[in-house]
Amino acid sequence: MARDLLDLVWLVPLLPLLGAAMLMLAGRRIGEPKAGWLATGMMGLAFLVSVVMFFALHDLPEHERAHISNVFEWLSSGGLHVEMGFLADPLSVTFILFVTGVGTLIHLFAIGYMHGDERFSRFFAYMNLFCASMLILVLGSSFLVTFLGWEGVGLCSYLLISFWFERQGAALAGKKAFITTRVGDVGFMIAMFLIFLKVGSLDYSALGAAEGLASGTTTVIALLLLLGAVGKSAQFPLHFWLPDAMEGPTPVSALIHAATMVTAGVFLVARAHPYFEVSGDAMTVVAWVGAGTALLAATVALVQPDIKRVLAYSTISQIGFMFLALGVGAYAAAIFHVVTHAFFKATLFLGAGSVIHGNRDNQDMRVMGGYRKYLPLTAGAMTIAWLAIAGVPPFSGFWSKDEILTKAFLNDEYGVWLFGLVTAALTGFYMTRLILLVFGGTITTASLAASGDTPDADAHSAASQEPSANDHAPWDPTEPTVAFGTPPRAATVDQLHPPHEAPPTMALPVLALAGLAIVGGFINIPLKGLEFLTEWLHPSFADVHEVHPESFWEGFALAGVSVVVGIVGIALAVALYRKGLAAADRDPVIERLGPMGRVFGHAYYFDAGVSRVVGGPLHRAARWLSDTADARGIDGAVNGVGTLVQRAAGGLRKTQSGLVRNYALWIVIGTAALLLFLLLYAGR
Amino acid sequence: MESDFPILSALIVTPALGALVVMAMPARRPECVRLAGYVFSFAVLALAGWLLFHYEAGSGYQFVEREQWLGDLGVQYKVGVDGISLFMVALNALLFPIALFASANITERTKSFFAWMLALEAALMGVFLSLDLIVFFVFFEFVLVPMYFLILGWGHGRRTYAALKFFIFTMAGSAFLLVGVLVLAFLHSDHTGKLTFDLATLTAWAPEGLDPGAAKALFLGFFAAFAVKVPLFPLHTWLPDAHTEAPTAGSVILAGMLLKMGVYGFLRFSLPLFPQAAVDLAPLLLVLATIGIIYGAIVAAMQPNVKRIVAYSSVAHMGFAVLGIFALTTQGLDGGVFTMISHGLTTSALFLLLGMLYDRRHSYEVDAYRGLWKVMPVLGGLFCVAAFASIGLPGFSGFIGEFLALIGTFIVEKPYAVVGAIGVVFAAVYLLWVFQRTFMGRPTGENAKMKDIGFRELACVVPLLALSLFLGIWPKPVLDVIEPDVKEVIQQVERGSDYREPAPAFEDAPSGHDDGGHE
Repeated sequence: MARDLLDLVWLVPLLPLLGAAMLMLAGRRIGEPKAGWLATGMMGLAFLVSVVMFFALHDLPEHERAHISNVFEWLSSGGLHVEMGFLADPLSVTFILFVTGVGTLIHLFAIGYMHGDERFSRFFAYMNLFCASMLILVLGSSFLVTFLGWEGVGLCSYLLISFWFERQGAALAGKKAFITTRVGDVGFMIAMFLIFLKVGSLDYSALGAAEGLASGTTTVIALLLLLGAVGKSAQFPLHFWLPDAMEGPTPVSALIHAATMVTAGVFLVARAHPYFEVSGDAMTVVAWVGAGTALLAATVALVQPDIKRVLAYSTISQIGFMFLALGVGAYAAAIFHVVTHAFFKATLFLGAGSVIHGNRDNQDMRVMGGYRKYLPLTAGAMTIAWLAIAGVPPFSGFWSKDEILTKAFLNDEYGVWLFGLVTAALTGFYMTRLILLVFGGTITTASLAASGDTPDADAHSAASQEPSANDHAPWDPTEPTVAFGTPPRAATVDQLHPPHEAPPTMALPVLALAGLAIVGGFINIPLKGLEFLTEWLHPSFADVHEVHPESFWEGFALAGVSVVVGIVGIALAVALYRKGLAAADRDPVIERLGPMGRVFGHAYYFDAGVSRVVGGPLHRAARWLSDTADARGIDGAVNGVGTLVQRAAGGLRKTQSGLVRNYALWIVIGTAALLLFLLLYAGR
Repeated sequence: MESDFPILSALIVTPALGALVVMAMPARRPECVRLAGYVFSFAVLALAGWLLFHYEAGSGYQFVEREQWLGDLGVQYKVGVDGISLFMVALNALLFPIALFASANITERTKSFFAWMLALEAALMGVFLSLDLIVFFVFFEFVLVPMYFLILGWGHGRRTYAALKFFIFTMAGSAFLLVGVLVLAFLHSDHTGKLTFDLATLTAWAPEGLDPGAAKALFLGFFAAFAVKVPLFPLHTWLPDAHTEAPTAGSVILAGMLLKMGVYGFLRFSLPLFPQAAVDLAPLLLVLATIGIIYGAIVAAMQPNVKRIVAYSSVAHMGFAVLGIFALTTQGLDGGVFTMISHGLTTSALFLLLGMLYDRRHSYEVDAYRGLWKVMPVLGGLFCVAAFASIGLPGFSGFIGEFLALIGTFIVEKPYAVVGAIGVVFAAVYLLWVFQRTFMGRPTGENAKMKDIGFRELACVVPLLALSLFLGIWPKPVLDVIEPDVKEVIQQVERGSDYREPAPAFEDAPSGHDDGGHE
């Protein structure tokens, strides 16, 4: 019975895929709002099926909880056989539950958010396809099926980030996301080549073969997979596409950051963990990539003026936490954080969406303030999410973050643990800053200070901020993103149109997610008998040795430390931002950090540096290759030979200078001559 | 399963007959000419459909027909189809009706245009079906003539230059092929006393009978002709010019079919006839193919003309095909052949879409366009699909071909596969960049007034993209047919050389931690 049900697991990705197909073919006929409801309905159905899958899997004895359902043979060539197969095990079922669950809520929110957009149905087609790809990714029974979903996610992120393609920034950001993640995909692909060469199969059922391989091989495979994971999950050094991805509509940001895409890398490492486990070196790299990214991204988030940018860097930082966990072998803790992060980050993004939506698309926090009065529901939801991400007990983020830090400490990874602690403090700080700037203070404190600046001024400085070698058009003055260093826009709160709370279809998902952000942590409380998630995931990580605190008090003490640092971060931010900003262009944290503030603000100039190299020397090299080497060198040589022959054959000019089509005649004559020659030759 | 009906001859004769019928029609009745063109090309498509349906997977040639032709010369009319040529024939039969259907804008000298197109179809059928070297060569050469006149007669600005360049380039290559074919046959006749151009006879003799030096020289002679057609770096510069100036239908056939002649030639002739030389010289081809993948992609990104971008992308795509084929592994050859099929679908779709833009604005300059997606949602969407299919996104046919070609290469020669995999990123760069510059942004001026795709145009593009999607999701039916003959080619190479295809997998698994000692 349970197995019969699990055979239907392919329904989970198929439902949103069908939705996407219907909306692409007949979207305009379906129209608004039916298109949105159709897409949301498909996601809801997929969620229901996922719940059924959960119970079906739960019915099986623990050691049998890995069911493969092969739909058809995808490709077979020589010794390579790949089934279009879907693997239902605790890991994948956990993912499909929150992808479909959170995904449904975000779809619901988007119905209101995208109201009136001229490409309303197409938006939902992409959203459904995005979720379907993510579901294929996590359910795939082999690396190649996962890769199918993996690239599908890349495609949809491109389409959705560039959704408002009329805007230059959106068009560029989508392309950047796709190409940057594709750099990582090269690693994924080569890893697959190597696995096939060494193991002879790309199926996950052959993962166990990792133990039989030479350790050098597994390290290479693991690091190549990590490169793929780093690209999709926006970890250093392939992290810089994510902040730009904010150009997409806010529900897209929520989907990318919470339910799909960035968690794909975490999934991949967790799924392929036998390769990482065998190679200790790869584990160390994973842990430090995570810890380093977590810390660096948190420092960048400290000083950003754009509400969505803070959240973007916060995501990079939180995913860093997950990689940190993976690197110390705490897979269940990493997945736990994926789930809680999905809840509170989706809340934060949808909340931010409500703030922006209700405020004429303004994203500059420096000219916000006092919005709790206008957006009480959003304020409440975001406050909950803030406490969750800052690690305040008993909110969900506390439990998962604490578990990661505890596991890092218990695995004797003290350096990584320290990085994590500092990050936790910084997280408390920047999230408190965000909340206080948006909802705290009074409207007048900030909004009036920036008067005198004309909107034109920021358009110009934005253009000078981000030079782009290949763009022919000036930057669109309506670009919403507020880069660090841009002067604040003029006061935005219009007495006639104050910020307003969103309609119920938008408020409901935010509240539901906020509720989950409160209770989400209770699925895995680090006490005997209450570690539901860890126990549930155990069959997927049965080969991994988990460490536990030696006593209740050891765990308690470690939890205490992580709470205290979080509180310290919060307290510092409260001290600085309690009264809001003195003036819109005077941010206390930037003033106190001095030159470091600028470094943080420009994200260590990493993105700018990459752009400079790509737009400068690399672009020039490509230009040289095309205009000089190809056009003048190779083709020039060809034409040169042609001219030479022509001159040398000057005497023959008369026969050749007539119509060019003479040449065609010559071939006919030549062919005839050939046949004649053959006839004569054979005739002898 | 031999049928009495000479299906393969019918595939060659039907379009040729069509060309004659069209020529006999009065020039002032273009609508009749069109109708005749459609009828004949669809008849060929139907025949190819019948062939596809009745072909049974398995190694060796089927539906073989042979007639003594110039008996004394050893030239015979011999045609046959195997799993490799089957899909080339099918692709040919599919692309011509589409290319004709997409030629509604050809209003001048419609009659000659349709006649040349049908003649071209017949010649291409002959190329992929001939099993006699002389007959093959004649068809191979004859392909040039209609294509030359198509570019010259209905091309754009610098068509004279482009047509001549195309002609001379490929002619120069073919000269070597002709000499190679003749020398091979004469050497064979010197040894056996029997003059023949029969591919099977020569294949049986050449690997053993030729001395290594001669084999190498002959391989290079064949190589010259095929490498120009592929085109391999650095023999590619005729392609962008020919593409840019050719009419849409010409570009479709040029990319879809003509380039395949080169890759097909390597597979059908170079490998079986000169296996040891092929094995020895494979590194040269692998290097050129890999350079082509990277070089084609980088140069494509820098082109100011959309057709040139797609033309250079063909250099990169064909690089994958050649890479896979000279990897000499089952996956590699499967991938190479699959890439040929896939490239025929996706690149043709791209050229058709670019032709639609040209019909509206009479420009192929990237800078002329902006924000088209807003005014042409359907055409923009299809272009996006075609671009991602061409990029090799999993789910489309391009991925299957590239992935198999690369994995097949990786098994034997890791560095080429790694560099080739990096080329996959570049493909995304040039196509997304051109898509961004032409279809994204805000349309202004004339761009704001462009009309979205029409029904006829839709009917041309959608089948190609649908097929690419279908083959990406379910490539198995095609792979199952290709594979026996691909294996046959590898066995021919193994029989005639010291090369052995490496057995997949378990390279160091049984021995366990063989280099784990350093820990």
